[in-house]
Amino acid sequence: MPAPGSRGPDIAFKWVAMFAAAMIVVLIVMVGWELYYGSRLAIAKFGAGFLWSSEWDPVLERFGALPFIFGTLVSSLIALLIAVPLGVATALFLTELAPLKMRQPIIIAIEMLAAVPSVIFGLWGIFVLIPWLRDSLFVWLKRFLGFLPLFQGPIYGLSMLAAGIIIAIMILPIVTSISREILRSVPNLQREAAYALGATRWEVLKIAVLSYARRGLFGAAVLGLGRALGETMAVTMVIGNRPQISASLFAPGYTLASVVANEFTEATTDLYQSALFEIGLVLFAVAILVNAAAQVMLKSMSGSGPVKVN
Amino acid sequence: MLPIKSKWIALLGALSALSATCAPAQMLINGAGATFPFPIYSKWFNEYAKVDPSVRFNYQSIGSGGGQKQILSETVDFGASDGPMSDDNLAKAPRTLWHFPTVAGADVITYNIPGDAKLKIDGATIAGIFLGKIVKWNDPAIAGQNPDLKLPDADIVVVHRSDGSGTTYIFTDYLSNVSADWKAKVGKGTSVSWPTGIGGKGNEGVSGQVKQVPGSIGYVELVYAKQNKLPYADVKNSSGNYVTPSIESVTEALAAADIPADFRFSMVNPPGATAYPIAGTTWLLVYAEQKDHAKGEKLVQFLKWAYSDGEKLAPALDYAPLPDALIKRALEKVQSIKY
Repeated sequence: MPAPGSRGPDIAFKWVAMFAAAMIVVLIVMVGWELYYGSRLAIAKFGAGFLWSSEWDPVLERFGALPFIFGTLVSSLIALLIAVPLGVATALFLTELAPLKMRQPIIIAIEMLAAVPSVIFGLWGIFVLIPWLRDSLFVWLKRFLGFLPLFQGPIYGLSMLAAGIIIAIMILPIVTSISREILRSVPNLQREAAYALGATRWEVLKIAVLSYARRGLFGAAVLGLGRALGETMAVTMVIGNRPQISASLFAPGYTLASVVANEFTEATTDLYQSALFEIGLVLFAVAILVNAAAQVMLKSMSGSGPVKVN
Repeated sequence: MLPIKSKWIALLGALSALSATCAPAQMLINGAGATFPFPIYSKWFNEYAKVDPSVRFNYQSIGSGGGQKQILSETVDFGASDGPMSDDNLAKAPRTLWHFPTVAGADVITYNIPGDAKLKIDGATIAGIFLGKIVKWNDPAIAGQNPDLKLPDADIVVVHRSDGSGTTYIFTDYLSNVSADWKAKVGKGTSVSWPTGIGGKGNEGVSGQVKQVPGSIGYVELVYAKQNKLPYADVKNSSGNYVTPSIESVTEALAAADIPADFRFSMVNPPGATAYPIAGTTWLLVYAEQKDHAKGEKLVQFLKWAYSDGEKLAPALDYAPLPDALIKRALEKVQSIKY
C-alpha cells in the first residue's frame, strides 16, 4: 500500500494509459503487416502496375486496382459534397437557430439514422432510391445538365452517383453530430461581441461562429470521409459493380471495399485471393494517405477554433 | 453461499438437459464451404441429428473458396464447393481428396419485357447478349426464336452477379460450352470479367434490377426464381428442344451427363431430349483416408444416409436430387472411404 499522497497510482495509471495507446499503434501496424503478408503473391507478380492497371479478370488471373481506387475516391467525394453542407447546416440550425424544444427530437432522429444497419440502406437503395433516381432525378439531370460529361450516357439507376448519395446519407449522422459539438464549443463571447458590433444574425454566424469553427468543421468532414472510404455493403448494392473508369456519374462503378466483400468468399486460387488482399492493402493506404493529407491541410488552415480530428 | 451454489447446479442441469439427449459426449463434425446448398445441408444435419443423436454436424457456409482452403489445411472434417476443385488446388491436398456430388441446381434466365411473355432462347443467343453483341430485344436472333412474341425495339440491359458464386460458375461454364467466342474472351469461374452489363449482389440484387429495369435480362438460381415467381425462359438444349427449367429437367440433365470416376464433372449442355442445359451440381470434399477413426465412421454413416434418405428431402427445398445410377456410384465410393 503506498502512503497517501504517494505517486504510485499516478505512475501506474500513466503506464496503463500508455499501454492502451500503444496497443492502437500496434494494432494498426499488425493490420498493415497482415494485409501486406496476404498480398505478397500479387505484389511479386504485378508489382506497382497493380495500382494503374484497369484489368480485373479472375479467370485469366490478371488484376489491377485502378477502377476500384477511382470508384472509392469518386463515390466518397460525392458523398462529402452532399453530406458536409447538409450536416453543417443541420448543426448550425440545431445550435443557433432551432427553438430549444425542437433540438432534442431532431438530435435523436439523426442519431437513429446512425443506428440503421448498412444492409438496410442497401435494400432501401435498391427498391426505393434507385427507381426514383432512374425515373426522376437522373432524367432531370440529363435534361438540364446533360451538356456536362458528368451527366451523359445510359441511365441504369445503379451508378456512381447513387452510391455517393447512399454514402452521404450514411455519413450524415457523424458529420452532423461532430459539427454540432464543434459549434457548441464556440464561446458565447464570440457571438455577443459580433452582436455588439451590430451584426445581423447571418453575419454573426458567418463572422463569429463559422469562421471560428472552420478547422473543427473541416475535421468533421475528414472523419466523415474516413467512414465513406470504407462503406461496403450498401455501396455494393447500388453502385453496379463494374470495374470501369467513366466520366459519367450515371455509369456503374466499383469500390475497393466492395470488390473484397463480393469476391473474397469464392476466390479459390492463391493469386486471386492475394490480389484481393492487395486491394485491402490499397484501401488501407488510401485511407492513411487521405487522413495525412487532411492533417497537412488542417495545419495550414488559419483560425483558432477547436479541432476535432483524431 | 448455498443458494447460489444450488442455483448453479440447477442451471447446469438445465443446460445439459438442453444440449444433449444422450449421456456420452456428443461428437462434433465440422464442415465449411459452399453457400448454394446451405439450406439443404442444414436440413440434412437437422434431420440426421434425429437419426444419430450421438453426432452433431456444424456447417459454416463461408463460400467455396473458404471450403476448399479449410479442407486442404484440414481445419475442418469435410469441405463443400460449388465448383469442382482445380487440378492445382487438388494437388495441394496432403492425401487423396474426393469429390461427392450431393444435389443439383439450375440457373434460369429471367427478363423484363412488356407483356406476360414466355421467352424462348438458345445458348448462342444468350452468349451474344452477355457478350454485348446482341443489344436490342427485336434483334433477329431473339425474334426468330419467338415468332409469336412482339418484342420491343428496346436496349437490352444485362444484369449479372457481382459476388463470386456457384450460380455464376454454372452460367459461365454453360456459355463457355456453347460459345467458342465466350470461352476465348471470358471463360468460366465464380467471378469473371464481364464484357457488359451491371452487377447486382446476390440473387436478390440481380432479380431486383431485372424486376425494375425494363428491357433487362439476368440469371438467378431456379430455387430463387420459383420462390419469387420471376418469369424465366425456356432454353434450347443440345437435342434442339426448348426446355422449361424444373427439378425434373435438371435431374434429367444429371442422368444424361457424362460423369467421370472422380466426380469432377460439368453437366452443362448434356445430351438428352428433356434435359435442361444450364445446370450444375455441388460437392462435398472428403478425404479418402480419414485420420480420426471415430469421426470417419460417423461421416461415412452420414454420407450413406444422405444418399439414401437425404436425397428424398431435396425436391421439397427446390433442389434436384441425383439420379439413381449416380447415387449408386457415389455410394460405392463412400464405402471405400478408409477410417
